Amino acid sequence: MPRATPDIPNASMADIAFLLLVFFLVTTTVANDRGLHIQLPPPPEALPPDMDIKIQERNLFKIQVNSFDNVLVEGNPFFGTPNELRDMIKEFILNNGADPNSSDNPEKAIVSYKTDRGTSHKKFIEILDAAQAAYYQIYAERADVSVKKWLELSSDLTNPENRRLYDIGRGRRPDGTVEFPMNLSIAEPTKAGGK
Amino acid sequence: MSKFKKKANVKQDIPTSSMPDVVFMLLFFFMVTTQMRETNINVKQQLPEASQLKKLARKSLVAYMYIGEPKKTEEWGKEPKIQVNDVFIEPKDVIQWVNQEKAKLQEFERDQMTVSMKVDVDAKRGIIADVETELRKANARLLLYSTLQRRAEN
Repeated sequence: MPRATPDIPNASMADIAFLLLVFFLVTTTVANDRGLHIQLPPPPEALPPDMDIKIQERNLFKIQVNSFDNVLVEGNPFFGTPNELRDMIKEFILNNGADPNSSDNPEKAIVSYKTDRGTSHKKFIEILDAAQAAYYQIYAERADVSVKKWLELSSDLTNPENRRLYDIGRGRRPDGTVEFPMNLSIAEPTKAGGK
Repeated sequence: MSKFKKKANVKQDIPTSSMPDVVFMLLFFFMVTTQMRETNINVKQQLPEASQLKKLARKSLVAYMYIGEPKKTEEWGKEPKIQVNDVFIEPKDVIQWVNQEKAKLQEFERDQMTVSMKVDVDAKRGIIADVETELRKANARLLLYSTLQRRAEN
């Protein structure tokens, strides 16, 4: 009588494991928590009612987008690429009074961005991206790091080295004010296109 | 000559006895890292592309909101809708939702809560602006427009 072999056949084990592996590979979703970060202004009620700040025309860089996704930059139609727009914004911020029609200094320079209710989210993000790119490039150059590194370090300011570079990039003065604040104003959209 | 003979005798097979172990190791890795999504997204989600992406530092402080055209257009219409958790809400319900989300966090973390907006490319600015106004009122002012990385052309 042959001895009964108590072994479990393990030739198919690899196949079973592969099957499970493929299942988990397919169902895994890599969470992407990345995007454009902004901070909204305080609610309108919280602002003092008599706040009526006069801003000189030269310190405003106006971007307007209508419901057909057509862009006006400083009142002129704009057909260029986002990179061209980024360079224009950068030039405007870093003008420092050189051109009398452009900004006095980076602290006063404001990028005003107004869309319509009918503007697509795609266009909105494209322009916002260009405006943020302009600022991030300036910061990165000042801190002497790449833009990619800048984006990384500014998401984690608990690290003291990151904090130091962040303050250099934004030109933080000892009294807490910043030489290069990101003055990006996103206005309430107009109501021309869409309800 | 004898050297050549010896080489010819070497077995050419790859040992497969350790393959199940290797596969199991991979399997466990994916089992551990897999996160089953707890909500079904009922709106179209084709995210826009941008280049200046920032990562969120702490995932526990994020509340997700999805905006886009409903997938079941015959039931919900073609107008973009706001989805949180598993339900569609109106802009006026945003404050209540923010308070619910904030209640889940520790007290000292509540003002650091970030709202991640996953907005479809075809959604219009109007509905997003309405939500933003409500978020300002609810004092949840940190906002992330979720986007994909654009291929760098410059």
